[in-house]
Amino acid sequence: MSKQINVALIGNPNTGKTSVFNALTGLNQKVGNYPGITVEKKEGICKLPRGVKAHIIDLPGTYSLNASSLDENVVIELLLNKNDKDYPDLAVVVSDVENLKRNLLLFTQIKDLKIPTILVINMSDRMAYKGISLDIDYLEQELKTKIALISTRKNKGINELKELITHFKELSTEPCLDASTIDKAYFENLRKAFPNQLLYKLWLVITQDVNFGKTDRKTFEAVEDFKTKSKTDLKRLQQKETIKRYQFINETLKLGQTIDLKSAKDLRIKLDRILTHKVWGYLIFGVILLTIFQAIYDWSSIPMDFIDSSFASLSEWTKNTLPEGAFTNLLAEGIISGLGGIVIFIPQIAFLFLFISILEESGYMSRVVFLMDRIMRRFGLSGKSVVPLISGTACAIPAIMATRNIESWKERLITILVTPFTTCSARLPVYLIIIALVIPEGRILGLSYQALTLMLLYLIGFGAAVGSAWILNKILKIKSKSFFVVEMPNYKLPLFKNVALTVLEKTKAFVFGAGKIILAISIVLWFLASYGPGDNFNNAESIVTEKFASENLPEDELNEKIESHKLEHSFIGIAGHAIEPAIRPLGYDWKIGIAIVSSFAAREVFVGTLATIYSVGSDEEETIKNRMAGEVNPILGGPLFNFASGISLLLFYAFAMQCMSTLAVVKKETNSWKWPMYQLVIMSGFAYIVALIAYQVLK
Amino acid sequence: MTLAELKRGQQGTITDVSSIHIPLKLLEMGCLPGNLVELVQVAPFADPMYLNINGTHLAIRKETAIHIIIETAHE
Repeated sequence: MSKQINVALIGNPNTGKTSVFNALTGLNQKVGNYPGITVEKKEGICKLPRGVKAHIIDLPGTYSLNASSLDENVVIELLLNKNDKDYPDLAVVVSDVENLKRNLLLFTQIKDLKIPTILVINMSDRMAYKGISLDIDYLEQELKTKIALISTRKNKGINELKELITHFKELSTEPCLDASTIDKAYFENLRKAFPNQLLYKLWLVITQDVNFGKTDRKTFEAVEDFKTKSKTDLKRLQQKETIKRYQFINETLKLGQTIDLKSAKDLRIKLDRILTHKVWGYLIFGVILLTIFQAIYDWSSIPMDFIDSSFASLSEWTKNTLPEGAFTNLLAEGIISGLGGIVIFIPQIAFLFLFISILEESGYMSRVVFLMDRIMRRFGLSGKSVVPLISGTACAIPAIMATRNIESWKERLITILVTPFTTCSARLPVYLIIIALVIPEGRILGLSYQALTLMLLYLIGFGAAVGSAWILNKILKIKSKSFFVVEMPNYKLPLFKNVALTVLEKTKAFVFGAGKIILAISIVLWFLASYGPGDNFNNAESIVTEKFASENLPEDELNEKIESHKLEHSFIGIAGHAIEPAIRPLGYDWKIGIAIVSSFAAREVFVGTLATIYSVGSDEEETIKNRMAGEVNPILGGPLFNFASGISLLLFYAFAMQCMSTLAVVKKETNSWKWPMYQLVIMSGFAYIVALIAYQVLK
Repeated sequence: MTLAELKRGQQGTITDVSSIHIPLKLLEMGCLPGNLVELVQVAPFADPMYLNINGTHLAIRKETAIHIIIETAHE
């Protein structure tokens, strides 16, 4: 077996780097995290000609090797650490033909690290449209590299790129220019102090604001007679370096690239006249949001009904087919019901991710940032907070990670703190089932009441986020420099492959991540509901039979009475009754109480829990919804899930902080337990109060 | 004049960038002396500003734009 080639994909954001990654690896990819941090790590295997394989890492997008965020830091750390198992044998720098000049800045920096480097010029299909022509031979010679002119959209040039990767050993490792001329004396000094180190690598380590892996920083502290410069001086030198690199790039492109402006067309400017317009821009954004919610609700109802009834029949079938016993009951009542509670939400979650990834891929999301910045700033947020708040509708965890490109710490912290208010996909199961139970069907202006209620809940979540941001902005006394730079990339038709892979991967992560917790909790709950201490549980049959002996009940009804008596005196029943006094003023019974308590692990457990509790002992084939609709309020009579208790539950779930994973991520991103604890206490306390008021007013 | 005073659709050339106030990232994206800049679009209250600097389209806030000195073609 031959050794795999380690390849690192590097490039500016919006160059189609991920498309190149997808084209090279196809479905042979996996997404994980870098050890110890929450930066997403994408890697995959690419089959090359003659049986050679390449291990490809898709590094986070960056404009240069001067890191200003955790994500960008990952890129530099890998390129500086020769001992890392992923240290690349070959760097593939992905650039976009329309922004070649800017993309080459990063390329020249990578060349200075003396790593064999291939330059990929992507989106070559746009060259004619933009009137660009390139002298590839000249560019290869000046940039001391091999160039692959490709188009991931038209699937062109990928094989040539693979061929170049196979022959990476023939690539030059010579830098394009000598960066040390920006301050000769200083670099000479550096060379003398550390004769065995690569000069440019030292320079990168010295100038980075962020903390680096242990090895490199130490080397500077060890050498006493070496004097480094002040921060301002270093920054001035970095500017000088940037200017110098651009001079080289401009000269190279003057001869290597011709742009015929007459034949160039610019759709972006035309579109942006409308899409970022003071009035039309906001109107269009509103319509897009409305469409998304209506679609999520309407399109997914058919597959959801199908899944719901399939799981009900599967549970019934299992019970009838397998031999009677504890295991069959566990399978049918615990595991299958619990799993049904999660599988049912796949359609909606997939649709949500579909829309979000289309908005991101097309380049529209940057326009939203532009439109919203001024408004968001009023609330102490940044225009860039819109992206976390919107992707928070899928899941708060990636959303909180997406705050990393917010330049100001205060704006970023506030965004992190308020993002969990946005309606994440885990709340969706709870909302949907309760809306279906308590909100009447019917339509107004073609929009269903149920869809409108859902939209209202999203707005409430968003409102709570923005409102609390406003308060936090007044309270928090943090001084931080705020820079705001956002690129407005060209509009692109989203690539089907990219969108499909994103939807697939995110849905999978949700189902398996949440699925594990739900499965475990379902099993535990089933045990707690099927066993109990003392006489009251173990002799339920005789107690109940005796009690109703005079009434001469039919067998069915008697069995039902026995089962509910058992459930009440099971472990879970006892626990539920213990917390009942706290939740009764909110209109809930002890079963809902159990579901709420178990949702503190993760919200989506709610439906699964109720499904498990309600199905214990029931013989009928019934969907979760029907079982919930049939529940009776033990004190007041009438359905348990009525308008008042339904609204109260919806509001409770809208505000409460019930997600351990989110708390863990907030802890990681803010580096302290203080902030996640505030979130837990304040959000959940607020939720309780609002739910209480809602129920007491509406009942 | 500063970049913040540019009108929508107007063009200018960057002459000086106040290095303390401007993040390196902006320079790396092409906001350097000598480069052409056009104001493509402004959000309400003229903030943020959507610019085309030498082919790179980006948005910055007004508070950053006042630290970028430009001159317009016919002055």
